Amino acid sequence: MSKVRLLVGTRKGAFVLTADGTRKNWSVSGPHFAGWEIYHLKGSPVDPNRIYASQTSGWFGQVVQRSDDGGLTWNPVGNKFLYDGVAGTHQWYDGTPHPWEFKRVWHLEPSLTCAETLYAGAEDAALFHSQDGGNTWSEFAGLRNHGTGPAWQPGAGGMCLHTILIDPANPQRVFIAISAAGAFRTDDGGQTWKPINRGLRSQYIPDQDAEVGHCVHHIAMHPSRPDTLFMQKHWDVMRSDDAGDSWREISGNLPTDFGFVIDVHAHEPETLYVVPIKSDSEHFPIDGKLQVHRSRSGGNEWEPLTKGLPQSNCYVNVLRDAMAVDTLDSCGVYFGTTGGQVYASSDSGDNWNAIVHDLPAVLSIEVQTLP
Amino acid sequence: MKSVVHVELPASLRLLARVSHLVEVSIEGPVTQRSILDALEAAHPTLQGTMRDHTSKLRRPFIRFFACDQDLSHLSPDEQLPEAVAMGTEPFLVIGAIAGG
Repeated sequence: MSKVRLLVGTRKGAFVLTADGTRKNWSVSGPHFAGWEIYHLKGSPVDPNRIYASQTSGWFGQVVQRSDDGGLTWNPVGNKFLYDGVAGTHQWYDGTPHPWEFKRVWHLEPSLTCAETLYAGAEDAALFHSQDGGNTWSEFAGLRNHGTGPAWQPGAGGMCLHTILIDPANPQRVFIAISAAGAFRTDDGGQTWKPINRGLRSQYIPDQDAEVGHCVHHIAMHPSRPDTLFMQKHWDVMRSDDAGDSWREISGNLPTDFGFVIDVHAHEPETLYVVPIKSDSEHFPIDGKLQVHRSRSGGNEWEPLTKGLPQSNCYVNVLRDAMAVDTLDSCGVYFGTTGGQVYASSDSGDNWNAIVHDLPAVLSIEVQTLP
Repeated sequence: MKSVVHVELPASLRLLARVSHLVEVSIEGPVTQRSILDALEAAHPTLQGTMRDHTSKLRRPFIRFFACDQDLSHLSPDEQLPEAVAMGTEPFLVIGAIAGG
């Protein structure tokens, strides 16, 4: 019988939640790396027992952990993330030049074809890769050295490269997103990059249609349609059908189009999920009612999903990497909150249950569907 | 001259390096912050980058070094440490600063 394994990164450690295909009874292991911030964990699609974790601390810096047995045991691998050449400067919050400084890894994206290869998205924004299971890292400097780099500015959470999407049909094509520079694409395996922000409008920058400077919160893709991308921006939910060359807004009837997460149903490429958050200054659901919104039409028409979710006095946030879907026949949808709840739906979002209530603030969720 | 220095690590780094409360490191020549950290990182490579920067070798901002009831954090990395540390009668303490609430 199939089973699912949730990899949950929190402010104070990692947790591994497992269940069989019914997804009714869950076992919880952890905290792994107790006390450390675990920004992200992700398993290799090639070898699901190979899992990578980004472990970070304001005191002790960055550590990358690797498990070869599905999260039972872990070993630290390389943590030397050096910018290629002269690091240069980007803009600081006040507009002055600020040196590029490595702070942490926000997102780890294992290769679709090789368990030893993975990408790491860093703050200050850069894309690194490893071809030896995380032991050594090198930068794709063509991204940071894009001509617009000196104009990039951090978002409130730091200048982080938080989204990495590999095109399953063409591994030379990778999409990334940076807060608050925008989205970028490479078509040559990471050597050169182009901004893909046409159609984004951001009222918080002087030129609302600028080539870069947009605060992209997250991007999602269905593997069967790699040219179609869905974006939750700082404000606005957006869609592209030409691999990011142009975007159009699909916020439609959402009660607010601010939010962080966005994801796509495993079997329905036009079914999307977002969690509307009240505003950029009030990072919680409207009226204390936690709602996932689902569109079955690729955007614009959205329905609130509330069964099993708190509908009063709920003032949590759902951060950008904290939603995932499994690939079982009845698609499971999962998200974690800053209040430490992990909610699961085994029926595409119609009904929800809290698997756990009291973890540390959840930073990220990934799910593995296992045979 | 060879010295055996006792280093006390914070709990997070003990877990990371899988070592107990006190770590013994052998040092040839002067006992300084640099020679202690060099020996410690050589014996436990997972500690590289956690106490000082990989390249500049500067102390991370929230790491402090104490010994013999003194804060040695602002000494030059190459300044000789108190005799009691070199003799192994007083530990060299690596401390995570109290910060962040």
